[in-house]
Amino acid sequence: MSKNTPVLEIRNLKAAINKNEILNNLNLKVYKGEIHAIMGPNGSGKSTFSKVLAGHPAYEVLEGDILFNGLSILNLDPEEISHLGIFLAFQYPIEIPGVSNEDFLRLAYNSKQKSKNLPDVDPLEFLTIINQKLELVDMSPLFLSRNVNEGFSGGEKKRNEILQMILLDSELSILDETDSGLDIDALKVISKGINTFMTDDKAIILITHYQRLLDYIKPDFVHVMQNGKIIKTGTGELAKELELKGYEWLKT
Amino acid sequence: MINQSNKTLNTNITKLVNQPYKYGFSTKVETEIIEKGLNENVIRLISQKKNEPSFLLNFRLKSYKKWKKMKCPEWAQLKFSEINYQDIIYYSAPKLKKKLKSLDEIDPELLETFEKLGISLSEQKRLTNVAVDAVFDSVSIGTTFKEELAEQGIIFCSMSEAIQDYPEFIQQYLGTVVPIGDNYFSALNSAVFTDGSFCYIPKNIKCPLDLSTYFRINDQESGQFERTLIIADTNSQVSYLEGCTAPQYDNNQLHAAIVELIAFENASIKYSTVQNWYAGNEIGEGGVYNFVTKRGLCAGDNSKISWTQVETGSNITWKYPSCLLVGSNSQGEFYSVALTNNYQQADTGTKMIHVGKHTRSRIVSKGISAGKSKNTYRGLVNITSKALGARNYSQCDSLLIGNLSNANTFPVISVQNSTTKLEHEASTSKIGEEQIFYFLQRGISIEKGIELMISGFCQDVFTELPLEFAAEADRLLSLKLEGSVG
Repeated sequence: MSKNTPVLEIRNLKAAINKNEILNNLNLKVYKGEIHAIMGPNGSGKSTFSKVLAGHPAYEVLEGDILFNGLSILNLDPEEISHLGIFLAFQYPIEIPGVSNEDFLRLAYNSKQKSKNLPDVDPLEFLTIINQKLELVDMSPLFLSRNVNEGFSGGEKKRNEILQMILLDSELSILDETDSGLDIDALKVISKGINTFMTDDKAIILITHYQRLLDYIKPDFVHVMQNGKIIKTGTGELAKELELKGYEWLKT
Repeated sequence: MINQSNKTLNTNITKLVNQPYKYGFSTKVETEIIEKGLNENVIRLISQKKNEPSFLLNFRLKSYKKWKKMKCPEWAQLKFSEINYQDIIYYSAPKLKKKLKSLDEIDPELLETFEKLGISLSEQKRLTNVAVDAVFDSVSIGTTFKEELAEQGIIFCSMSEAIQDYPEFIQQYLGTVVPIGDNYFSALNSAVFTDGSFCYIPKNIKCPLDLSTYFRINDQESGQFERTLIIADTNSQVSYLEGCTAPQYDNNQLHAAIVELIAFENASIKYSTVQNWYAGNEIGEGGVYNFVTKRGLCAGDNSKISWTQVETGSNITWKYPSCLLVGSNSQGEFYSVALTNNYQQADTGTKMIHVGKHTRSRIVSKGISAGKSKNTYRGLVNITSKALGARNYSQCDSLLIGNLSNANTFPVISVQNSTTKLEHEASTSKIGEEQIFYFLQRGISIEKGIELMISGFCQDVFTELPLEFAAEADRLLSLKLEGSVG
């Protein structure tokens, strides 16, 4: 793989759910060390885009290709896509009754270890690992014994997503409206966590409605999505402009 | 949008839950049978074959008369075609060449069958801490550790032997907890039962071993009608385990059993079942019809009866292990996990009848339905006017896997005095596509994910099982829900 190979390359992607085309002719290249923000009005296909990337079985890719480090991931299971190094922080994190956060996180961690032919870590070792990560998102260890996302506040759920992102240390992370529903303090904590996590070896795609997240996390590119494709690309300045003018003026 | 995802999800789940049944083999042994059909002569013949005292023949005939006047109950949430009682073999026993002196003389074919099921009866390999009574079709073929238990005065033997050797116990207690006319299937069982286990724990004895009966239906056309009677005398304790499997046939086999427990003052009985009868194939053909009446009588003060069941098999399960809390301060417990898949139907639950003062009961029921199955909890908590200061806690949780399964809960509570404390909790949750996708996105396989969710869901019940059984139950559930993602 040459140095110029993008981590993620989307080529003319057309995707549908239940025969409704949501993404149409979508193109995007993301290189290592880059943060991309995707903005756009409701229903423009942002969340669909994140689900398609993660291989959600309900979505069907009709045309085009998704390349991760130069290799197509279209025919891979969500589990394999995860093992390759694509992480999706959910817009609405799922509650899993009866399963403790600790067991869930350890199982996720060990599944990743296994995919890399590394040995399982035992519960004690894991506790050391996870406790360091908890500090990064300012979460109390008490979260570990609670059931996954059950009874969590909106902010706690989002923090839990970022915790998982940091723990699994994926090369590409897609954050689907991680900032929505957060108060300003939580937004700061999460942004700090994301900034600490980000390195030259990684790439992040932020899906967001609001410019305020971009005050804390500086994107290299801002894309505007409409009707399932990217209609405009710019820098952080574009986000500020959108904040002032809305999306109407971009309509063609 | 929903249709598409449903389809994907259901294919995954179907693959996941359609693991072949491990115990579906059948054993070729020479058997002695009484021709199909049910009438007074068949009953007389069974009684005669078993060389029974006349009180028992009368008991059977009386039951048969009652049964003929009764109708198959229709209130359960179960759909099945009418059972042709004339098309069932009521007595099928492996032919024995001579009276066995020791377990090592059992037909090697039969020993091997139980060996394959993980139940070793031979002297060298038997389980060290569990005494087993092995029932094959209509008869018990052997009981382990009998002598060792007898040293403490504990009687543990097949029902047939008990009828011969301890008729006074049988005459006094048989049919006292579950009267013959209690229900349609109890009347049928009382008329035609062929074997089962009997156990008596004398005063002040804590049974040193777990006692266990393993039921195996082998014959394609025979029904299994067994009876278990356990009596725990004053200050005694016993833990009893029951396991069951059946070969894979495409017709339905009938299993109608009765279990009666009696606990005297300060006595405690813990009865655990892992039911794994053949459940039928993925389109619902074949499998065992399991109509069972289980009831415990807490006769003495401070006595305790605890039912724990893990129901994973059978095409149809109709079963309500209950407690009659008569003694003051007596306690009844019911812990249940019922898993249904494909076209399985389970209507199960418990009855807690509070009669004595300060009686307590606890119900924890977990129903898991996958495929197109139907899982129903049906419970009754009846606190009578004399049961002053009675307490009950009930918890009924349902877990749905996929979009086509069905869960129902029918808790009935009747309280006739004002000093009662009662709590009822219920929940329904679902393992849906989004949860599975969440697991997958975190790199966790669908099997591991579901296993984790199921074992979390069942935890409260599994902790009640004896150690060997808990491991077995966990394994069984994950086996039933194992497979690969397409």
